[in-house]
Amino acid sequence: MTSSMAPGNAQTSTWMLRLGQTLRAMASRPSGAIGLAIVLIHLLIALSSPWLVPFDYKAISSLLILSPPDAVHWWGTDHLGRDVFTRTLLGGREAILVTLIATPLAVAWGGFVGIYMGLVGGKLDDVLMRLVDAFLALPWILKMLLMIATFGTGLGVLIPTLAFFYGIPVIRIARAAAHNVVARDFVLAARARGHGRLSTIGRELLPNVLDALLVEGAMRWSWMLLAFSSLSFLGFGVSPPTPDWGLMVADSRTFLAIAPWSGLYPIAALSSLIIGINLTADALAKTLGVDRAQKAPI
Amino acid sequence: MLRMILRRLLLGAVTVGLVSLIIFTAVEVLPGDACTALLKQDAQGQRLTNCRQELGLERSATLRYFDWASSALTGDLGFSAHSTKRISELVADRLKNSLLLGIMALAVGLPLAFLAGILAALQRDKWLDLVLSGLAIGAMTIPEFVSATMLILVFSGWLGWLPGIVLTPPSAPLHEFFPAIVLPVAALAMVMTAHILRTVRSSMIEVLDSDYVRMATLKGVPYRTMVWRHVLPNALLPAINVVALTVAWLLGGVVVIEMVFNYPGLGRLMISAISDRDLALVQAIALIVAAVYVLVNLLADLLTLVANPRLRTAARRLS
Amino acid sequence: MDKHTVLSFRDLSIGFVSRAGQLLPVLRNIDLQIQRGETVGLVGESGSGKSTLALAAMGYLKAGLQVTGGSVHFGTHDMFGLSRSALEFVRGGKVALVPQNAGQSLTPTLRVGSQILEAVALHSDLPPVEYERRVMALLRQVRMPDPQAMASRYPHELSGGQQQRVAIAMALAGEPDVLLLDEPTTGLDVTTQAHILALLRDINRETQTAMVYVSHDLGAIARVCDRVVVLYAGEMVLAGSARQVLLSPAHPYARGLLNSIPRLSQSSLPEALPGRQPLPGDVGDGCSFVERCALAQPSCRSGRPALQFLPDGAVTRCLFHDRSGEMALTRPARTTALRVGAGATDALSLNQVAISYAQATVMQQLLGRRPDVPHTVADITFSVGAGQTMGLVGESGSGKSSILKALAGLNPPIAGRMSMGADQSLAPHVDQRPPDHLRRVQLIFQNPDDSLNPRHTVAQILAQPLRLYFGLTGEALYQRSIQLLERVRMGAHYLDRLPSQMSGGEKQRVAIARAFAAEPDIVLCDEVTSALDVSVQAAVLDLLNDLKRDKGTTYLFVSHDLAVVRVLADSVAVLYQGRLCEIGPAAEVYAAPFHPYTEVLLGAVLEPVPDKSPILLAEDIVELAPPAEGCAFQRRCPKKVAAICETTAPPWQLSASGHGICCHIARDQLIPATRDAGQHD
Repeated sequence: MTSSMAPGNAQTSTWMLRLGQTLRAMASRPSGAIGLAIVLIHLLIALSSPWLVPFDYKAISSLLILSPPDAVHWWGTDHLGRDVFTRTLLGGREAILVTLIATPLAVAWGGFVGIYMGLVGGKLDDVLMRLVDAFLALPWILKMLLMIATFGTGLGVLIPTLAFFYGIPVIRIARAAAHNVVARDFVLAARARGHGRLSTIGRELLPNVLDALLVEGAMRWSWMLLAFSSLSFLGFGVSPPTPDWGLMVADSRTFLAIAPWSGLYPIAALSSLIIGINLTADALAKTLGVDRAQKAPI
Repeated sequence: MLRMILRRLLLGAVTVGLVSLIIFTAVEVLPGDACTALLKQDAQGQRLTNCRQELGLERSATLRYFDWASSALTGDLGFSAHSTKRISELVADRLKNSLLLGIMALAVGLPLAFLAGILAALQRDKWLDLVLSGLAIGAMTIPEFVSATMLILVFSGWLGWLPGIVLTPPSAPLHEFFPAIVLPVAALAMVMTAHILRTVRSSMIEVLDSDYVRMATLKGVPYRTMVWRHVLPNALLPAINVVALTVAWLLGGVVVIEMVFNYPGLGRLMISAISDRDLALVQAIALIVAAVYVLVNLLADLLTLVANPRLRTAARRLS
Repeated sequence: MDKHTVLSFRDLSIGFVSRAGQLLPVLRNIDLQIQRGETVGLVGESGSGKSTLALAAMGYLKAGLQVTGGSVHFGTHDMFGLSRSALEFVRGGKVALVPQNAGQSLTPTLRVGSQILEAVALHSDLPPVEYERRVMALLRQVRMPDPQAMASRYPHELSGGQQQRVAIAMALAGEPDVLLLDEPTTGLDVTTQAHILALLRDINRETQTAMVYVSHDLGAIARVCDRVVVLYAGEMVLAGSARQVLLSPAHPYARGLLNSIPRLSQSSLPEALPGRQPLPGDVGDGCSFVERCALAQPSCRSGRPALQFLPDGAVTRCLFHDRSGEMALTRPARTTALRVGAGATDALSLNQVAISYAQATVMQQLLGRRPDVPHTVADITFSVGAGQTMGLVGESGSGKSSILKALAGLNPPIAGRMSMGADQSLAPHVDQRPPDHLRRVQLIFQNPDDSLNPRHTVAQILAQPLRLYFGLTGEALYQRSIQLLERVRMGAHYLDRLPSQMSGGEKQRVAIARAFAAEPDIVLCDEVTSALDVSVQAAVLDLLNDLKRDKGTTYLFVSHDLAVVRVLADSVAVLYQGRLCEIGPAAEVYAAPFHPYTEVLLGAVLEPVPDKSPILLAEDIVELAPPAEGCAFQRRCPKKVAAICETTAPPWQLSASGHGICCHIARDQLIPATRDAGQHD
């Protein structure tokens, strides 16, 4: 044993070891295996679909309006004659892109503030929690729409907006998780040794709070997808003709009884992804031993 | 005890005040103001200045805030720029409709959720639990607009039992909303029930695994008595908070449902207010929603205070 | 079957299926008969299966456990074959449990009176009108003061001792034939514990209820039990009368266990038992104790020894039991630390230190005033010589941990001065101290599960102080870490272990290594052995003593266990409600004359010697805060003289050797009239 056992190396190798162990443990559970599989499939499709799709998503055809699934259009066409299969495969790209960027941002900023508050406590903590409560008092949709009304609907607006708003409940959760850890002696021991606040957060708190944050992050992703597609449904998200599942469902509403395929396929796609993420989060929580509080989305 | 209640009330009022401040500031930040919204294309030059003077938009923000806040307290929420009607009239009808929807959803969903959650916990990991938990997870993860759409498809499109769209005018008396209201209530209740079911279930399981329930079993307490006396009171206490949180969520979820079903409630009004840049209306609705949320939380807090022996005795000692 | 037998374990074996699919035993072939009216102690350390055995007597198994052989009978009923209604009849009625942690075993939403009433309603033959009266009678039987008021309280409003009494009352409601007690006094103060044990003894005498007392504490067992059964790795290794097992044990494990317990009567280090108890499934073919046994022979490994029935009535599983006499029960006096001469410089001194946890209300904060309540800790003045060990003893609320935390800079005192060495002042808060001061004062915590970060490997844990104070990195860091581990008798292969992969004793040794990594002058030990198994405690004490002798470190050793303090300490300070009662060289504090509280504490210590009852002297009431005026001990003192104890703070009476007693009563009158044989120096 040479200095490969020296502390610095031990740290990175244990981290990677844990990652591998966690993934394997998750995959060994039925819920984890299914969930991971679904999520991976969706991600692969989202990445590769522009090269896979048979038709142009914008191609309108007045002849083929609302035609049922057949050999050419596998999943039929919508009210403008566009191929549903193409649009469904492409429909997740915006949503996944936006939410995959916004979620880590939300967890990062909410997590940091929450942990810091959990460690510091005191007046600042009280005031901040009041603000957080007051903020959460407003229905999420109102807050979203206000931001959109102000700044428009481009990706540049949606990503920071979602990251900001969805980081706020993370503050609460991170703070609660930090509270559980802060009271324990090893944090006191670190302070007694003379470690500063920031280094205590990074070294002592974070590794222990990380599990809860990871599970929360997975759940946040699913709530964000939900919000994003709801916004699109209401007409405040992605603008046509960009394919998006929420938008597709909204468009198909009037014709649903006569042409269910135009709505059912995007519904299936969106639902399957969200269920997949939830199953993964559940398996992650069970593997890591995190107790999940059942909270409503903001 | 009284002191704790008063403190909670005070805190609630402060929260509502804070919220009103946030709303006001948010709307201030938006480009344009009530006059640009009112006058639309004509919003320029002298007409704009006159309008602003008339509506008092020249005064400082702080003054305007206090003016707005004080009139809000008396129930006067100003005028809607879009329809030039008194906001309080507009809102009153819509509020009643949304409340109808929400209260019915609660009336249907809450008992169902509690019953199902308790049963699922008592039959943990057996088939009943798996089915109920599975349904709950399904309902929770699917967006409301999806489940609402599916409900319309099945019950209105294919089976034709219920109307898929609400055509009743906003000011109609409540009983005219039936049977159109059935599907919206179902859609709303679905998600709410799922959340509460899961929470009740996990709270029950935690209590069932506790030391004191084990002690009761080892004391020879019969199963049914144990569940009623020892398990339920302890398990349902934490559920109160979640119910409050869910009600808060309802205020957001109701918007989507109202849009899907074309229901003439507060949520749909809000969407159109935002689309129309009717800022005064937006402010008013946001304030009402926030006030309802705070009120519900306050009730939940007080209920917990009364029901939880630990808090009750602490209060006694303090006062 | 003998009609006097109430409970009978017949070749009972219990196990569970591991994740790998193996059947691992928790209990093996337990054969035990409990007679009417007798008290039997089940002794074992954690992992010996004793709690499982007690619960099995009620036909209850924790999730995952199953009966793999044998049975348990109450009378003629097989407890694991009863119907649900029959079980509900027996449990709480004929066989009742007094649980380990009463506070958590009482339903929080029900008043205690109604919980006892529930037991009465279920299991007594009384008509409903008599229930209330019976509840009051039960509360009086367990010596609960003011039964009317107590019955209407909720569990969280009672103290630990009161909760335990309620649990006992609840168990007695059905006039059971057998009481099962699962570590009922764990977590209670020494003085409270003494009261509860005396109560149990009395109940047994009055009602002839048989008792099965499960505990790791041999002193408590000696107090209550006629017969003792020793469990090791899930099997019975020794059984006999209390005298036989505790005074002349015929099994090397029992001997080793008794040897490793510090005793008041001996100031030398106890002999540690090496190794640790095997986990389920780790026992080889031979005797379960063979790995740790000083008498081990090759034949001990060839097959599991059967129980041998000795002529004096004892039962043992050791093939060489007659040789266990070779393991001396009394140990040779071992010198502890080098004693530094009286003129040495003080390593640590405190002057009039006061700490307060009182919170100012908003009004008081606005006016800049402090709350007008007595300080939690006050008037602490003492000093410790370099290389010496001072023991701080006291029960809960004594302030001993607060003083340690204040010295560590985690809990700034509101008054007084702390200083190190040649008058170097210690800043009140960690953030204000220079790195050198931070290094020289190190703190070791009670619970090793809590004091090590569960996500850090041992290497990372040791690296922190080495990097912080000495800037070591890379190879130098690695070598030094290995040195530290060797110093605490652990191999280098522990470096990449996580805390979850180590035992309690190993974790505590890592915590000690971490403290010594800083090469401190002063080590503050906060109940460092209290959370460990008995046989492991001795090893840790030995290690601490070793390190002290090596480095000349000064220790401030806090404990509630007077016998443990006696082993390590050169000087002792006794605290009550945050005030010093008695202070001085250890030998003098442990001998007459005593401060009344010291006498109470010493009298309440439980030695594992039967027939020696503790002397109960203090009032069994709960103190919430120190009194505003007068002596801190006034409300409970059995020797309280007059009103002066309530009005004036008592003076310090110092002897030439530095032994001080803070009391109004004169020194020569503080010598107790009767002296027990065991309590000499």
